Amino acid sequence: MRLSPSDSRAASAAVETDAGLLTVEGLSVSFITGRGRVHAVRDVSFEVREGEVFALVGESGCGKSTTALAIMRLVPPPGAIEQGQVLLGDRDLLTLTNDEMAAVRGRDVAMIFQNPLVALNPVYRAGVQIQEAVLQDNVPRHEAWRRAVEVMGQVRISDAALRADSYPHELSGGMRQRVMTGMMISRSPRLLIADEPTTALDVTIQAQILDLLMDLRRRTGMGILIITHDLGVVAEIADRVAVMYAGRIVEQAGVTELYDAPLHPYTQLLMRALPRMGKGEGRLETISGSVPSLMAEPLGCAFAPRCPLRQDRCEQGEPEYTRLGGGRLVACHLAGRAGE
Amino acid sequence: MSGGQPATTTTAPRVAAKPRSVMRLVLRHGQLIAGLLMFLVVLGVAATVDSLAPRPFDEMDIPNRLMEPGPGRLLGTDHYGRDVLSRVLYGSRIALRVGLIVVTIETLLGVTLGLLAGYYGGWVDKVISFVTDMTWALPPIVLALAIVTALGPSLDNVIIAIALVSWAGYARLIRSKTQSLKNVPFVEAARALGESDLSIMFRYILPNTFSLIIVLATLSLPAAILSTTALSFLGLGSQPPAPDWGVILSEGLTFVGSAPWISVFPGLAIVWTALGFNLMGEGLRDILDPRMKA
Amino acid sequence: MFAYAVRRLGLGLLVVLAVTIVLFGVMQLMPGDPIRLIADPSRIPAHKIEQLREQWGLNRPPHVQYLYWLGNLLRGDFGHSIVSGQRVSVLIMARLPYTLMLALTSLFLHYLIAVPLGLLAAVRANSRLDRCIVLVTTALRTVPAFWLGIILMMTFGVRLGWLPISGFFGLSSIVLPVATLTLPSLGGTVRLTRSEVLETIREPYVLTAYAKGLRERAVTLRHVLRNALIPVTVMFFLSLPWVVGGSVIIENVFAWPGMGRLLWNSITNQDLPVVQGIIVIIAVLTVISNTLGDILSGLLDPRIRIELEEVRA
Repeated sequence: MRLSPSDSRAASAAVETDAGLLTVEGLSVSFITGRGRVHAVRDVSFEVREGEVFALVGESGCGKSTTALAIMRLVPPPGAIEQGQVLLGDRDLLTLTNDEMAAVRGRDVAMIFQNPLVALNPVYRAGVQIQEAVLQDNVPRHEAWRRAVEVMGQVRISDAALRADSYPHELSGGMRQRVMTGMMISRSPRLLIADEPTTALDVTIQAQILDLLMDLRRRTGMGILIITHDLGVVAEIADRVAVMYAGRIVEQAGVTELYDAPLHPYTQLLMRALPRMGKGEGRLETISGSVPSLMAEPLGCAFAPRCPLRQDRCEQGEPEYTRLGGGRLVACHLAGRAGE
Repeated sequence: MSGGQPATTTTAPRVAAKPRSVMRLVLRHGQLIAGLLMFLVVLGVAATVDSLAPRPFDEMDIPNRLMEPGPGRLLGTDHYGRDVLSRVLYGSRIALRVGLIVVTIETLLGVTLGLLAGYYGGWVDKVISFVTDMTWALPPIVLALAIVTALGPSLDNVIIAIALVSWAGYARLIRSKTQSLKNVPFVEAARALGESDLSIMFRYILPNTFSLIIVLATLSLPAAILSTTALSFLGLGSQPPAPDWGVILSEGLTFVGSAPWISVFPGLAIVWTALGFNLMGEGLRDILDPRMKA
Repeated sequence: MFAYAVRRLGLGLLVVLAVTIVLFGVMQLMPGDPIRLIADPSRIPAHKIEQLREQWGLNRPPHVQYLYWLGNLLRGDFGHSIVSGQRVSVLIMARLPYTLMLALTSLFLHYLIAVPLGLLAAVRANSRLDRCIVLVTTALRTVPAFWLGIILMMTFGVRLGWLPISGFFGLSSIVLPVATLTLPSLGGTVRLTRSEVLETIREPYVLTAYAKGLRERAVTLRHVLRNALIPVTVMFFLSLPWVVGGSVIIENVFAWPGMGRLLWNSITNQDLPVVQGIIVIIAVLTVISNTLGDILSGLLDPRIRIELEEVRA
């Protein structure tokens, strides 16, 4: 059953049966620069269900981080959200006033960032920064501090009471990421957005942080929207995945389905670019060409110039979403033919 | 850009075109051009002052002392009947000369010591840094005063004093630039190939500090001129009847009420010159190294 | 933190000591009878001269002389003025309050004006107001302070007769000198504030603060300003010596009865004991300010404390 892009929202909404925790519909974000308008996010729709881990995957510059920031309404100028809806439960976050949105942040939806060294204020101690979050709930100071230390324990920081008195630069990378995580989950939000949480960390620490996130999900039932370019991370923790390219979602599927049989040529190439054990030697495949400029709305499929399966019609019209069972979506003219 | 551009473009907004005319070039580098023009005026005056000035700067005319600006004496006369315009014009020579010498000494001292300290590190660095820090144990003016006291009041001594007081700022900046440059791969490669330290410093590090030096030098000139005229104002630099702008200003102080023109115009000359160099320096900085912006 | 402060103080003391050594050394190199550095020999009865030679160790080798000299300094004895015969310490103490009055008033006013202007420029970055503020304050830096003083004197003192133009005749006489000291230097602080604020706003931790649910006011106060104003606050202490230096010149324009005027008079009259004394006082003041500035920056920014500890280790 083929649907045009404008029906993509209906597609997302109609499929699920559980309550939607986060429903993004037709989100478009542009940056207005001196050189023109950059369409960073174009008509993006997806849904994160209660308690699930949803991954947004793509290369640098594909718009995934901007999407995350848009959900939190923290897109920096000169960016602006042009259209769309961001429903948390049944509230459209894009229609809230600034104060109302500030009340939502941290409490209902929270976000942790890449590179915790620069994302933590260097002049305040770790415990103080977590305490500051808790204080947003009008809790008395000493109680907030107690809760901050407790949270540090929950994110598995050893000697929590001691570490709470440390400054960010006195802590290791892994600990800093835990502090940031603790800071953001301290008020038990229903949704946690994690923007490249492991990219700036060592491999061993990465595993620990991912493990921590899964643990938190298990214990609190919070949903996680994870933004990453690392397919390995996706394989490890995601339940469902959306692949983004040049500001649009090109494929969406459950994680197992995606890895078993990627349908979009871009996804297929991404998978092949992953080093795999035991597949014998051979060069790592790369995808030739580079991401197109996001300034002009392309006439055809944005991926067409780099697509090995390109055909004439790919350059003439934007592919519509092909809906396959179980919430699976592909935006490709050649969809329907199993990954070749 | 990338090779991934779609075959056909659509109605994308027009990207800003490169400067289509001299107009645009001027606007973009307005500061630099304005400063350059101002400097050229001063230079021009200094070069042609002998024919430009209506009178010799020390020609006295007592019957016509303290006359207001008027025809024949565009900027008035001072308490000795000397023509203020001529004196101010001649002052440009002193100012430029002094500024140039001070900045040259500062630069030579500061760059050499900064380079050595940054490149060698260790005790060389410690010693030089200590001396640099000591220079800041006194406010620059006071230190300069102390030096002039020890050496005696004269323009040359003022030049030495100001240069000695100001090189430290240079040295610090060059030192940190050198430190960041010395570990760059091509320098390490040169070292590994056995190139001598001196050669490395001259061939690789120094050229990369040129833009920094040029900007610093241009920006130090106004400070040098302001400081030296200040000391001359106090009577510790040029001595009367030299047409030093600071000297003229101090002479005018006594006549602030009766003949304000004596002090006003040399000050304007100082502002003009300092502003010119300042604008040039800022303009150069924008071109050569925008990251240096304060 | 305490260890850090103690270390900075120790370093400061070392620098003061080094300055005194250099000063002493330079004085020694000057030709003539060293007694001139302490008093005017023609004014003093012969037996007193011998007494002074003993007290200042003038008959001893130079390094011992230094110790005598330092000892006397520490006891507050700076010798006697050649011009007036008075004790130098008395002379300086009479003038010091006036200089401090001028310097401190100017310093406070400077920051009271420059920081808000810098903030305004940063908040309205690249607007006409911003460009105007930066332009005006930068242009002011090219104005020689002593000339500005004369112009102000002419306009407000002579032409309009509003304010006294020289000497100290009550509070109104401080207005022109303070204005002269404050105006030209505003540019530096305005630009510093502006650039620090602009940079801090872009820092990732500001985004984190918003993401936590903090309102704009809390983010601005606790995260942006708290960090951006660190260099500015430290500069406050570091500028004190500069302001004192500037007042040396301004005092002479306005005949303000402070140390600066005394210094100039003494230099002109070759009154070496006084010159020596004033320079020592100013050096001590400078080192104290710099040390306070160092300690303050360690207090406000914990990274600096650690940096220095690592360097030591």
